[in-house]
This record gives sequence, structure tokens and C-alpha cells, in this order.
Amino acid sequence: MKFTLDWLKEHLDTTASAEEIGKALTMVGLEVEAIVDPAEKLRPFVVAHVVEARPHPNSDHLNLCKVDAGTGTLIDVVCGAPNARTGMKSVFAFPDTYIPGKDFTLKAGVVIRGEPSNGMLCSAAELELSNDHDGIIELPADAPIGMAYVDYAKLGNTVIDISITPNRGDATGVYGVARDLAAFGIGTLKHTDMSPVPSKGPSPIPPLPHQFGAGEPKAIRKFAGRYFKGIKNGPSPDWLQQRLRAVGLRPINAVVDITNLVSLGWGRPLHAYDADKIVGRAVLRNARPGEAFDALDNKVYALDETMTVIADDSGPLCLGGVMGGIRSGTTDETVNVLMECASWDPDLIAQTGRKTGIVSDARYRLERSVDPALTEPGLELATRLMLELVGGEAMEPVISGEDVFPNTVVEFPLSEVERLTGLETSPSEIEAILGRLGFKLEGAGLTRKVHVPSWRPDVAMKADLAEEVMRMVGVDNVPIDPLPRLNHVAPRMLTTLQNRRRLARRTLAARGLDEAVTWSFIPEAEAQRFGGGAAELKLANPIASELTDMRPSLLPGLLGAAQRNTNRGLSELKLFEVGQVFHSVQPEGQRTYASGLRLGGSRHWQSANGKVSVFDAKSDIAALLDAMGHDIDKLQLVAEPAAWSHPGRGGRIQLGPKLTIGWFGEVHPSELEKFDLTGPVAAFELDLDAIPEPRKKPTRSKPALKLSDLMPLSRDFAFLVDRSVPAATILRAARNADRTLITEVSVFDVFEGKGIADDKKSVGIAVTLQPSDKTLTDEEIEKVATVIVAAVTKATGGVLRG
Amino acid sequence: MSLDAQIATLRAEIAAATAAASDEGAIEAVRVAALGKKGSVSALLATLGGIAPEERKSAGAAINGLKTDVTALIEARAAELGKAALDARLASERVDVTLPVRPSPTAEGRVHPVSQVIDEITAIFSDMGFSIAEGPDIETDWYNFTALNFPEGHPAREMHDTFFMAPSPDGVKRVLRTHTSPVQIRTMLKGNEKPAAPYLTPAIDPPIRVVMPGRTYRHDSDQTHTPMFHQVEGLVIDKSSHIGQLRWVLEEFLKAFFEVDNVTLRFRPSFFPFTEPSMEVDVQCDRSGAEVKIGEGKDWLEILGCGMVHPNVLRNCGLDPDVYQGFAWGMGIDRIAMLKYGMNDLRAFFDADKRWLDHYGFRPLDLPTLFGGLSS
Repeated sequence: MKFTLDWLKEHLDTTASAEEIGKALTMVGLEVEAIVDPAEKLRPFVVAHVVEARPHPNSDHLNLCKVDAGTGTLIDVVCGAPNARTGMKSVFAFPDTYIPGKDFTLKAGVVIRGEPSNGMLCSAAELELSNDHDGIIELPADAPIGMAYVDYAKLGNTVIDISITPNRGDATGVYGVARDLAAFGIGTLKHTDMSPVPSKGPSPIPPLPHQFGAGEPKAIRKFAGRYFKGIKNGPSPDWLQQRLRAVGLRPINAVVDITNLVSLGWGRPLHAYDADKIVGRAVLRNARPGEAFDALDNKVYALDETMTVIADDSGPLCLGGVMGGIRSGTTDETVNVLMECASWDPDLIAQTGRKTGIVSDARYRLERSVDPALTEPGLELATRLMLELVGGEAMEPVISGEDVFPNTVVEFPLSEVERLTGLETSPSEIEAILGRLGFKLEGAGLTRKVHVPSWRPDVAMKADLAEEVMRMVGVDNVPIDPLPRLNHVAPRMLTTLQNRRRLARRTLAARGLDEAVTWSFIPEAEAQRFGGGAAELKLANPIASELTDMRPSLLPGLLGAAQRNTNRGLSELKLFEVGQVFHSVQPEGQRTYASGLRLGGSRHWQSANGKVSVFDAKSDIAALLDAMGHDIDKLQLVAEPAAWSHPGRGGRIQLGPKLTIGWFGEVHPSELEKFDLTGPVAAFELDLDAIPEPRKKPTRSKPALKLSDLMPLSRDFAFLVDRSVPAATILRAARNADRTLITEVSVFDVFEGKGIADDKKSVGIAVTLQPSDKTLTDEEIEKVATVIVAAVTKATGGVLRG
Repeated sequence: MSLDAQIATLRAEIAAATAAASDEGAIEAVRVAALGKKGSVSALLATLGGIAPEERKSAGAAINGLKTDVTALIEARAAELGKAALDARLASERVDVTLPVRPSPTAEGRVHPVSQVIDEITAIFSDMGFSIAEGPDIETDWYNFTALNFPEGHPAREMHDTFFMAPSPDGVKRVLRTHTSPVQIRTMLKGNEKPAAPYLTPAIDPPIRVVMPGRTYRHDSDQTHTPMFHQVEGLVIDKSSHIGQLRWVLEEFLKAFFEVDNVTLRFRPSFFPFTEPSMEVDVQCDRSGAEVKIGEGKDWLEILGCGMVHPNVLRNCGLDPDVYQGFAWGMGIDRIAMLKYGMNDLRAFFDADKRWLDHYGFRPLDLPTLFGGLSS
């Protein structure tokens, strides 16, 4: 809300500067958005004397002027204004001055049709003072030459713009702002005379009936109206026009300007009807579904039955509390006026405002609630202004309906201020602060009955009163008090699951992957392809047509990111994300996954081929599992890949037959095609929430380390097996051949091709034997080797290669 | 030939052969020819037995003298040739050390600034005795609004501001949480001690000190707003915590987070449905340059909202507001990350542009700790 410093001072007797006032406003919770003096940009413009004006030899409408701007020399200026003439006083701008109305800066050394022009004589429009651009400004003959025009015309007027929180309807008028500042101690509030003004007789318009059915929403509480007979409308006086213009309002006519003055000045919106345009009887009712309303903003709105209108026999005249209609608006020709000052239900006004999208000064105030005690006094205030500015006769007010007064009384233990804020305030100080804000305190002890004034419906309980006191003392004056420190070492802060996410991020980043954060919502088609797309996981109001479904997997987001990056020419990508996926709307259906992908390994002189494969993904997921304390080789690995995977190049990791905790593989070529990617892309997903917590105690001793003095020895075997035989089968068979002697079995070679049948492969394994109490004899080694060969042969149907 | 003459000849021959030996094999052959079992010096030694006893002592000394000298000579030459051979091998093994090596994976992978900042926040609050609390992104209307004292008809409950889920068969109205405040409810709510999923923070009895980082969503998308963003809230509930302590917590946090000696905060009374009194907090900073500098300057920048937990919120969780009290605050993680690390476009956080991630991301082992420094 904007107001000028002058305007504020009309309600507040103060010597404080604009800066002090600004600081105080922010401290009491009326946040200052800006303090500007728009006239300051006019500071370079000076009063000047046109010593001579004669026609330009090369033009039929330009004049050559000699201007005295107080510099001691006469300045040549070419001027196109029809009113430029010898001897006049006007406003002059030197070269290099910014002209706000034209949005340009004057140049020096200008030549216009062969004649030099060193500055400009200005119109009011060029100074943005009015729309008058018919000629240059004419000043009285006694205007002192060379004086800053801003000072001469007393244009300086600081405009303060504050933002008002939704609970502070009381501060939506300058008067209310002044009341807060006075309570803060920055001046004295000046009261406004709102006493009744005598009437000239009965109202030609009867009280407006409230026509509502039982149970209907009813936005109107109390309607107060007054008929003004025989007024003389027209432009309002300069002071009023200037005031409205200063805060960004366009003066319309005196009657409308009065309504705006009362709305902005006292936070009490009014509406004026041209009484002669009301057809038949004016009533209050709800709109009919779809009823059309021609509003003052020149738009037609379709209303509904929750919106209250003031209507006559021809339909709505005004959308109650929100905006007037075109049909009954006042004009310069209006002679009879019905002035409305009504009390409305804030919630219903807010609802109507949101439904229609209308933003108006009336809605802004009424949805924050307006003092119900101001309904009739507001009308009396309007009456005074009407009689003063447009004359006519005020008839008897017509009133219908009842206002709602909360009359809140709070049992307030004064200790509440210190309990909630830590501020030590004496009872007398609390009493004084609340008193200045209009609260009435009853009783004497440490608990008082506090009567809340009608303009503060937001105050309803002890904490609200504590806030009022703190607001006036200033939060910055609340003493800083350390939160008691722990008297022990801080306990573990993260749960296992929380820590896992951290470990997952650091592990994957340490493996060279970049962490991405992608949208939680993805396109429907992608959600469906990755196992989602359920109706309940769709957004009712997506922000974009491609962000419709909660993601069932992190991979679509990562593949999309890969696509964007490759489109930017980046060919090697390693990305991961640790984040939520959504399998249902229930909390337990929202799980945290760690997923990643690799695409297009770099070419490097140290290695020939940079392509990624399923084994890169397996390696990533193995590293993740290791970070969580699990050995991938001890988990169940099943060659049944996820739907997104190449069917022959992917697998899943299971804990038991039902619980899958991770997937890895090369992304299916048809999926890559949808993301416009050239493969292979190696990807994995790990359900971090599904990994079981270690059963052991957080602090546990490790099993005793047994170190043998005897050298381990290694024996190599190569088996010829069917291609379909999994390496895991060979490894398991070999390892189980002698569980005490064999400590490790690894694959050192896999070969298919030349010299080997098409359906066979050769797998070379190295078996490590660790003797425990004595060196093995050749016979013993031979014996173990025989058992290994027998076990592998039995498990795989293969043979030992000779 | 006298023994002396024999020794002299042999000495000369061996010296010549030693000098002529050009590699390690040749010098070994010289050694074998002279000192081996059948070598010339060994043969001469073998003649000692046939020498008259009275001459044997001096002869032995002379031959052994030869042996010692020859051995030394050959060893010296062998060492010389060994060194030459090694030098030659090393010369042949020379490589171009300016060839670039494969970059370390730790030099390539980067942690997203949001994760890093969450770790920083965690480090700071762990020192103040807080723990991390979490809840789901898809929340019920009750947790996100009703329990937090949002009246029916509040603008935040409109489709215009909030993402709503499509109707669910169970008839419960659900939204994408607009703040992490529902986690406050989950942490305080009596009866919520055994949540349905392991990641959900169970209700705890006061005293409560928790921070709640997480994803949040609002129906907003423009230059400075993204429909998804991150927030961290804090909650302290006990029987005595008040605004004086809230001021301390926020000041200490911001000092630690921005790693400055001083921050000046400005508390402005404000309004939120879930706190009373409510405040917005501005931090003093210098915005004159390209980056915002916290802890100096004369500008104010709004950084967070806070207040005393509203009595209705406490009641909704089964806590008596005349017994329990406390404060809560909330701020944007992305926003404070931008302030601290100088990113200027929020939208880039969620674009996964590798160039951005590499530039603004953090090394995997840059673990923010208080003992090692938040941003080392």
C-alpha cells in the first residue's frame, strides 16, 4: 500500500523524518518496500524566462527562443510549443537532463533545421506531472529565474510503499498506519471527526433488503447507504487529484475520488452509484449461476451463486465488496448519488476475489477485514467530504442488516510476554503499549482481562497479545539468549537410512558420477514405461503438460538429463541421483532410490575402447552395496533384468526370492531411441530403503584376525563349459570344493571364439589355497585340485581344458 | 720362469683381459678364467704344494697378493660394467611423462550443491543437539494445512498455489507438500510414535530439537521460482524456549553457515498461520557488487521466516500450549546455497547440465564438518 508523507502527517502529529518513519514501520511489521520521492528526478529542471521568441526561419511551427535560466548567459532554444512567446516564464531543462515523460536524455549541441538548440522548454506531460502536452508549462511572472522547479512548485512528496500481511486489515488505511506508529511512540494520532451529519429529509431510496435463502452464503453483513440529492460532480480539487496520483491512482471525478480517499485514508472502502441509473428497486442478493456482470474494469464476469451483488431490476449493479459495475457508475453529469458503506464477510470476499481474479482496492481491504465499527461513521465521513466538494443535500442514511462484532476478551497473564519472547516488560509498560493500540485492560493483578478493539479481529489469544507487545518494543530489543547447550557429547544425528543417502552420494561421486537433481514429476508416457502412471499418482493440476506424473523411477529424469547434455554436445556422461520415487501415495510407497547411468566413456591413450557396458553398472551398484556394508557376491544375483534393460545384459539383486533391492543393465535400445540417445548406456537403480539394517550393535568388535605364517598358493584351471553356464555356478562349485583350504576363487579369463565350439566358452579361474598349520605336500595339492575339477564338472557339465 | 715372473705375467694378462671386457658376461668370463676352480690364479695357487717348505711362505704371500689384487680389479670392472648396463637399460626405458593420465574418478564426480548445503546444515545443527526429521513428499491436506492452522479457504489451499494429487480411492485429499512443516507435525503428533515406513521420523516427546530438510513444491514457475525447490525447517519444543533463544539459534547458524564472524539480522513482525508471534528475518549484506556479501554492507535481504509455534498447532499435536512452547523457522536451501556460492539462476539447479554440475558441484570427499571446516 502506498501513501505520501503529507498524507500520513494528516493523521499523525510527528517531527520524525521519512527515514525514521520507515524504520519504525518495518519494526512494527508494516514492511517498507520502498521510500521514494518521485519529484526528485525533476530536480534538474529550473524556472526560466523566455526573453525572446521569434519564428524559426525554416519552419512554420517552431520558434527560436532566447532563454534566461539564471546562468548569466542567454541560451538558444528551438521550441515547438504553440504557447511559447516572448516574456513568459516556463520550466527549462539543460542538455544532459533526463526527461521522464519522454524517456530520453537531452543531447548537447543539437541543431534543429539549421538553428542551435541547447536545452528544452518543457510541458507538464514531459515532467510526468499530468497528461497535458498541449504546450509548455506557464508560470506566474514572479517565479524566480533559476530556481529548481521542484522547490518552486513544492512538488516534493515522499511516497512510502508498505506491504501488509493478510492479518492486518486495520493497517490498510493511512489512519491505521498512523495509529500503529503513534503506539510505537513516533507521534500522536490525530482523530477524525466522523460524527453524524444532519439529514435534509427521508431517503428517496428505502433500505436495501437482504434477499437470501436459508443456508445460502451471505457476504453482506450490514449495508449503510445515503442518498445525495442535487450534487455537482466534476473534477476533484487539485490537492485530492495530486494525492491520488502520488499513490498511483487515476483521478476520475470528485465523487469517485472521495470514495478512493476514504478507502485509502481510513481503510474504509465505499462505492458510489448514480442513483438515477438504478432501475426499479435495489436489493442485496446472491448472483444467479452464470449471471453476467459488466465491471468497471471493462470486463464481463460470469458470476455464481456464492457471490453477493447489489442488483436492481435489470441485474447486478455492483459485485459486492469487490468491484462496481459500469452501468451505475458516476460521471461528471451525475446529480443524485447513492453512497454505499457496507460491512462484508472477509472470507467470502476473498473467495469471490479469487474466483473472478479481480484485484481491487476494495477487495484488498475487505478480505483482510474492515473495522465493523466504521460502517456508519465511514458514511458520515463520506458525507462531510461530499458536501464539501460536490455540494447537494444529504438525505437520511438507510441501513439494513447487522454487523458482526467479535468483542473478544482475552484472559492475559502478563507473564506471557516473557514466557514466549524472553522480553522482560513491566506490567505498566505492557498496559501502556496495549492501551496505545486501543486495547482496554480490566483488573489489576498479574492476569488482566484484555478487550480487543473492533479493528483487530486478528487478535484472539494470549500469544497474539504477546506479539503486540513485542512488536511495539521491537524484536531487535529482545535479548539474545543462548539455547542451553548439551551437557554431553551430541548423540548420533542421522538414522541409518539418512546416513545411507549421504554415503550413496559420496560413493557415486567418488566413482566419477555427477549428482543431478531432477523433477519429481515426469511425463505420463515415461512414468508408464518405468512402471508408474497409476491414476492416484497423477497431479490434478500439473504445471506443464510434460510434468504430470510422480516418478516411479529416477531413470527417466536421468535419461532426460543425458539427452539434454548430449544435445549440448557433451558425449561422455556419468550422472546419478539420490531421491524419492513414488509407488503409491501412502508414505510407505514413497521410497528413496540411488540410481545412475553412464554413457559414452572417453577415448584415452591408456585404453582402446571407451564404451560402457552392463559391468560398469554392476560395478557401481556393487560399490554402493559395499558402502552400505553388503558384499554383492553374497547377495542373490538373478539374470532377470528390469523392463528398461537390454534383456540379455542386465540383472537384479535380490534378498531372498521376493525382495528385489536393485537392478542394473544396459538400457534397452528402444528406450534409448525414445530419449534420442546412442548407446550403450549402463544404468542401475538401488532401493536404499529396502536394504536391511545391520543387525549388529552400532559398536561391534570385529572377528579375530587370523594370519597364517604359511604362504598361500594359487592354482589355475580352465574349464570348457556351455555358454549358458553362469560364471557364478563355476565359482560357487570351486569355492565349495574345500571350504577351509580355499580362501578365494576368481575369474581371470573368459574366452569364446577361435578354437572353441560355437556353443562353448572357456572360463579360467584362479583358486587360492591357504594352508593353516603346515605346508601342503604335492599330493595334498593334487588331491584338492581333483576335488575342484570334479565339483565344477559336476555343477556345469563342462570339462577341464587340457 | 721364476714365480715372480709368472705372477707378473699373469697379473698383466688378467689386467688386460679385465680392461678389454666390455660387458657383464665378458667380465664374468675373465673372473672364471682367473679365479674359477680351473682358473689361472687358482692353478698357480695349486702349485704351492710342490714348493719347498722354506720358500712356501713367501710364495704363498705373493700368489695370494695376486689373487687379492685381481679380485679387486675384476670386481671394480664388473661394478663399472653393471652400472653402465643399468644406465643403458634405464635410458631405453624412458617414457614421456607429460602424457596425461586418466583422471581420478574423484576428480570427475561432483556432489550437487543442494546435497552439500544439507550436509553443512546438518553439521552445524548436530553441534547444537538437533537431529534430522523426515516425512513424505506427498502429504495429506491435514498434515500440510489443517494441522498447521491454515483456515479453510486460505489462498495456499487453492490449486493456484499448491499441487494437488488426483483423487485417490481412499477419498483423502493429498497435496505435494508446500513446505517441510508437515514433518513438524509428524515429529510432535501424539500417537505417531510408530510410523508406517522406516524413513518417517516417529513422534518424540519434548524436548524436541529437529531440523527438516527436503523437497517442497509450489505451483509457480518463472525467473526466480521453480515448481520444486528445497527447504529446511527447524523446530525446538520444550517448556521454556522463546524468541530470545530463537534469535541466538538463527544468528549462530547463519554465522557458521556463511563462515563469517558476524551477521546482523533484522526481525520484522509478520504473519504465518502456524506461528504466533511470527517474524520474517532479513540479513544485512552488501549487494553492490556482483555477489551478495553477508556480514557487511547496508542492504537487507529477506532470508527466512520464523516464530513461536502457534498454540493451535501444539493442540493439534496433543501438546498443551500452556505447558509446552517452542519455536520454528524455515528457509530455502537452494536460496542460501545461491547466496553462499554465488549461483544466480535457481532453474539451473534442476537442469542437470554437466557443465553446471562440474562448476558448482563439490568434490566427493569435501565432507562438511565442524572439525575440518564447512567448506574447506
